[in-house]
Amino acid sequence: MNSKAKLLSFGTTAFIAIIAILAVFPLFSLFISSLRPSSDLMRSGITLSIPFDKLNLNNYTYIFTEGGNYWDWYINSLIISGFTIALCLFFSSMVGYALAMYDFKGNRFVFILVLLILMIPFEILMLPLYQFMIQVGLVDTYLAVILPMMVAPVAVFFFRQYASGLPKELMESARMDGCSEYGIFFRIMAPLMLPSFAAMAILQGLSSWNNFLWPLVVLRSNTMFTLPVGLATLLTPYGNNYDVLIAGSVMTVLPVIILFLFFQKFFIEGMTVGGVKG
Amino acid sequence: MIGRTAAESEIVKPKWSIKSFFLSKKVVPYVFVAPFILSFLFLFLYPLVSGVVLSFQSVLPGQTTFIGLSNYERILNPTFFKALSNTTIYVVLTTSLLTIFPIILAVLLNSKFTRFADLFRAAIFIPALTSTIVAGVIFRLMFGESEDGLANTVIGFLGFDPVEWRFGAVSGMFLMVLLCSWKWLGVNILYFMAGLANVPKELYEAAEMDGAGVFHKFRHITIPLLKPITIYVVTISIIHGFRMYEESYVFWQDSSPGNIGLTIVGYIYQQGFKMNDMGFGAAIGVVLMIIIFIISIAQLVLFGTFKKGE
Repeated sequence: MNSKAKLLSFGTTAFIAIIAILAVFPLFSLFISSLRPSSDLMRSGITLSIPFDKLNLNNYTYIFTEGGNYWDWYINSLIISGFTIALCLFFSSMVGYALAMYDFKGNRFVFILVLLILMIPFEILMLPLYQFMIQVGLVDTYLAVILPMMVAPVAVFFFRQYASGLPKELMESARMDGCSEYGIFFRIMAPLMLPSFAAMAILQGLSSWNNFLWPLVVLRSNTMFTLPVGLATLLTPYGNNYDVLIAGSVMTVLPVIILFLFFQKFFIEGMTVGGVKG
Repeated sequence: MIGRTAAESEIVKPKWSIKSFFLSKKVVPYVFVAPFILSFLFLFLYPLVSGVVLSFQSVLPGQTTFIGLSNYERILNPTFFKALSNTTIYVVLTTSLLTIFPIILAVLLNSKFTRFADLFRAAIFIPALTSTIVAGVIFRLMFGESEDGLANTVIGFLGFDPVEWRFGAVSGMFLMVLLCSWKWLGVNILYFMAGLANVPKELYEAAEMDGAGVFHKFRHITIPLLKPITIYVVTISIIHGFRMYEESYVFWQDSSPGNIGLTIVGYIYQQGFKMNDMGFGAAIGVVLMIIIFIISIAQLVLFGTFKKGE
């Protein structure tokens, strides 16, 4: 029996290990490939064998010294993600909190609107929203990318769920002490919701960092592009920019992976938000 | 405050002012939800309505005319059906792969026999952090046309000739499905693991007492109890699949040979933005919305999710 269990344990562990290796292998090969000469990469793509004698840092040297617009894209992505996180957390938490804590007229209706937006895919709103951005003169600005992400229904839903688990007695006693309703939220309840802020910061930050289609539509000039949009412009059949493409790709995912290693719990919570419904 | 008489508090009661209005408990919740209402009106309701209106219009610079159902009549063309069939095949493949494998892997990761489960779970999750564009860069380079490319080397070992991955209908679909499955496997595993955490251990113990084997337990306890989460995962996979565009864009940008990579959203992008035929693009969008609505409603009706409330 014991040896049978051992065999079973070895079997399942080995199987899962193979899957895990297959999962990280593409990223591993991206890192290795970023050290290969870009002309090689252009010719044969990612290969199974690693040409150790040819590995060097030239692609990184190039991107740090010249690199075209790469750093513009990086800064744009940082600014857009930063503002999206800040604004989205601020507004969505207020909405979610109000829906959970106040029994006001229209509460139910607002919540239904949140669920409705969750059900309508953004791609359908894209054309008219683009026309709207033209009308208000926001095309090719940060604001055009940030605005539609400002109040995220997923985040509202999550904050509502989280806030409804908080003790309402705290609000009552704060009121007795003469704290205003805003003070109750900002000074007492919001700090208690901190773990939910972390999870949502990660979800919104990641989706903003990786967002592609809307920035592609609404940003026009090369210097305004975000990282995914900019990198996608390098995917030409001529491959004359493979140095920036490959080193740039690494530097796009590496910070996220490093953050993940430190804040795993919040990543997992943030990215499985829908799961709370199950 | 304590010991104040009724008469005193009558006097202290503040007069109506803008400040006290915004501070009153009745108004505060509306202030809190105001940003949502504003964004709902301007960034959701307005585009939604004008999108529907747009689908009945022909938009040329300086002149917009109502053309009735012409845009919708034009949708019934071979290119749209190509986009629809590509998207549907993609949805069927990704949804089934991203349900079956995650269930099995979640059960294995959850099992007491698997060691280092946390480490493996994290490793399988990491691809979800990658942007689809970067993932596409990697897959394009792994599935290059050259003979010494990674994928062609591997199939060479198995005795196959090199494949021009991005230029065949089947291999092109394979690339998109593989990219999506690679990226989302870890996330779906987490959903199922969350579902498994809710399965009472006693059920398995009781089944073991009755001499149930591994597969028997899986079939008669795990699968039925994972039903709610499975429905959820299937629904979001279907909806994500119909919204797919990036997985196609990274391989072929705006146009693929013989439209092997054309999706519904890709068709919206191509017609609405690239060809500037906004009315037609909007009409395709409305059709996509109807498809997604039908799926959502079918899901609600078939599985009665809304009976359970929130």
